[in-house]
Amino acid sequence: MTTKQVTRREFLIVSTIAGGGLLLGARVHRGTRTASTAAEFLPNPFIRITPDGAVTLIAQNPEIGQGIKTMLPMIIADELDVDWKDVRIEQAGLDTTKFERQFAGGSTATPTHWTRMRQVGAAGRAILVAAAAQTWQVPESECETASGTVFHRNSGRSIRYGALLEKAATIAPPALESVRLKDPAQFRIIGQRIHGVDNHAIVTGTPLYGIDVKVPGMLFAVYEKCPVFGGTVGSANLDEVRSQPGVRQAFVVEPGQGGALNGLLGGVAIIADTWWGAKRARDRLTVNWNEGDTASQSSAGFAARAAELSKQAPQRNLRKDGDPQGALSSATKTVQAEYFYPFIAHAPLEPMNCTASYQNGKLEIWAPTQTPAGGRTLVSRTLNVPETDITIHLTRSGGGFGRRLNNDYMVEAAAIAKQAGVPVKLLWTREDDMRHDFYRPAGFHYLTGGVDGAGRLIAWHNHFVSFGEGERFAPSASLGATEFPQRFVSNYQLDTSVMPLGVPTGALRAPTSNGVAFVVQSFLDELAHAGGKDPVQFRIDLLAGAPEGEGLNAQRMRAVLELVTEKAGWRSRARERGKGMGVAFHYSHRGHFAEVVQVSVTRPGVLTIEKVWVAGDIGSQVINPSNAENQVQGAVLDGIAEALGQQITIENGRAVQSNFHDFPLLRLVQAVPIEVFWSTPDFPPTGLGEPALPPVIPALCNAIFEATGKRVRSLPIGKQDLSWS
Amino acid sequence: MSTSFRVNGRDVTVDVPADMPLLWVLRDVLDLKGTKFGCGAAQCGACTVHVGGAPTRSCVLPVSAVDGAEITTIEGLSPDGTHPLQRAWEELDVPQCGYCQAGQLMSAAALLARKPKPTDADISTAMNGNLCRCATYLRIRQAIHLAATLPAGAASSGGRSGS
Repeated sequence: MTTKQVTRREFLIVSTIAGGGLLLGARVHRGTRTASTAAEFLPNPFIRITPDGAVTLIAQNPEIGQGIKTMLPMIIADELDVDWKDVRIEQAGLDTTKFERQFAGGSTATPTHWTRMRQVGAAGRAILVAAAAQTWQVPESECETASGTVFHRNSGRSIRYGALLEKAATIAPPALESVRLKDPAQFRIIGQRIHGVDNHAIVTGTPLYGIDVKVPGMLFAVYEKCPVFGGTVGSANLDEVRSQPGVRQAFVVEPGQGGALNGLLGGVAIIADTWWGAKRARDRLTVNWNEGDTASQSSAGFAARAAELSKQAPQRNLRKDGDPQGALSSATKTVQAEYFYPFIAHAPLEPMNCTASYQNGKLEIWAPTQTPAGGRTLVSRTLNVPETDITIHLTRSGGGFGRRLNNDYMVEAAAIAKQAGVPVKLLWTREDDMRHDFYRPAGFHYLTGGVDGAGRLIAWHNHFVSFGEGERFAPSASLGATEFPQRFVSNYQLDTSVMPLGVPTGALRAPTSNGVAFVVQSFLDELAHAGGKDPVQFRIDLLAGAPEGEGLNAQRMRAVLELVTEKAGWRSRARERGKGMGVAFHYSHRGHFAEVVQVSVTRPGVLTIEKVWVAGDIGSQVINPSNAENQVQGAVLDGIAEALGQQITIENGRAVQSNFHDFPLLRLVQAVPIEVFWSTPDFPPTGLGEPALPPVIPALCNAIFEATGKRVRSLPIGKQDLSWS
Repeated sequence: MSTSFRVNGRDVTVDVPADMPLLWVLRDVLDLKGTKFGCGAAQCGACTVHVGGAPTRSCVLPVSAVDGAEITTIEGLSPDGTHPLQRAWEELDVPQCGYCQAGQLMSAAALLARKPKPTDADISTAMNGNLCRCATYLRIRQAIHLAATLPAGAASSGGRSGS
């Protein structure tokens, strides 16, 4: 085996571990950018092989239902050349000294870790091959591997990995970047339908989730916060609460400094022997709140203010290409439209919870979280406990969808445990969850577009009215200056105006895209019809001839658009009133997706979604097709649920909706057939949690238009009159 | 108040307030964590267990109402996790986050106990009260159909649902 000088950023380390196993991992150079300075090297273990041949792989990222606990180890296992049946998976806790980018968000795990996990596995294999070659005194080039075994074909010898550990521990490790990776044609695990590693635990009810955590001496907590976002406690009838059966403690928690909405909000904690006891005592709690300024905010007020702003000169221009006003005045047809999408909650099915124990100045936390490192920082700053004194265990999360990017519930649990002096499991009610989310922000878009005599898009102007202050948008309430169709239309203008917002907002699955795709792809449809063009052909024309740029790749998008329309039978679809197909595409989170929805709408306006076709491009390799299809179908149904009925309304600075009776999730009878097709051009694999969601919403609305002649410009669809005659 | 009932074939007596929902008795008193809390209002079905064989939302059921009853939770659906539904769920990779699946399985098990070869309409009726936030519904339907074709697990009695 070739070993490199110590100039590489990453190395593999080898060491024997207690119990006679072999630990293989990467070393990460965490020093400065100057290679000549003394660098700190930290171990980063992923692979453990024991003499019995058992292979344990470490799953480093939080599992929230996206399948990462299965997928990242699959990549290591394939390059390591072991059989999946011999692999055990261990969930890592937060350890920033060993692991990089330990979070779940932005569909980033695959693009971030694909090559690295391959290198980790391949480097492990290389060491074992070297160990076998030395044992047999043969060239490494004559050795092959399969199923956790090294073979020497010429002599017919073979040796299991588990028998090579002592020798392997003496091998100089290869630089990760120099290890030879498999030809993808040789993949034996990657690309296979691999079962979720927690399937059996899930179907047998084995404790896995944050809510299932049990710590010795643990008590149960509920936490009451001001229903108006950011409000604080004035006074509370704590003595009465303390006298309730089973209640051990009740106290006011002061807000964190600065009062950030994603930090520690003030409230009243009630701690009892059982969670039910704490919750029942909460029913007796009366708090006089200092509601603060947000109490004057409402959804109706936002809508009125947006309408005012739309009539004024925009506060800021984000992008101007060509001469949009000139092109609009010379256009053969122009269309003006106002689009709106509402606030939405995440509502993962496992309510927010966290278990925390504070002893001798140290905090131990068990959390279902997407961003454990961010949570640790928040807890450290808020409670003045050094990060090195905070341990975070990662549990499986009962859904994320972006909600658990914010660690408000973690800092609450830590603060309550610290103040109470006992280990505490904090569990929110569903109502807490619905009323204290970081909502997908509402958005208002005032659009003008123009087409030429040939029906081609020549001008696009959007005045986007959103939330924020000055040049700062509220979280997830921004649009980028290159938002599609920028680069694809020569005269493009994106302006914005913002209004202040006291409601917490944040990333919801496919953030920004889940709203803007509805707007852009619906308005494109309007322009296609205005120019007398077939909506698919209009989009193909739009994609043609654009200069190359970051993000959306026109060829890749055209390929998925043509694939999905072919599979859906777009060109031969029946054309009759009350029936329709709609199409849309969207690029987000590095994924190219085009989708077709088929609907029927009765004359009185009853909508039936009949079928959805999806074509996706997430690069050359779909790593786990079983999970990938599940993710796509789930994302599409998630988008349908958002479009049909989901809305959070703000009144008097608080969320009106409280549970699933007024914030409807999709139900089984609404789960329409969804066919999924892949386009796999030669690009690196990318993530899949998000990009399948955005196109389905405009595709659905465009189908409704084809069926009824009615254009849905405001969500949710359930509030629109779809009747036709 | 003392209440006695059977859980997964085991006699238990608990001394808890009469209005404490069965869900919290199962989870926090009997340490059966498989049954999940989702809404507390019988809106989502994550807390579904069998009471006398019937699928029941345990989050709104006072424990006093199950005195003397026979209760089956996900932990007791089969002795070794080989109920046909459990095998079908694993085979088809139904779960995403997995949080709702115990409730889904208990609703589906009650359906199969009553109707071994359910139609799509049967499944729609029986399963429509169980929410899946990840929307794994297409696979849930597929897995129920698959389970209906599978023999009972070798070591499984097909559940101890008392039906």
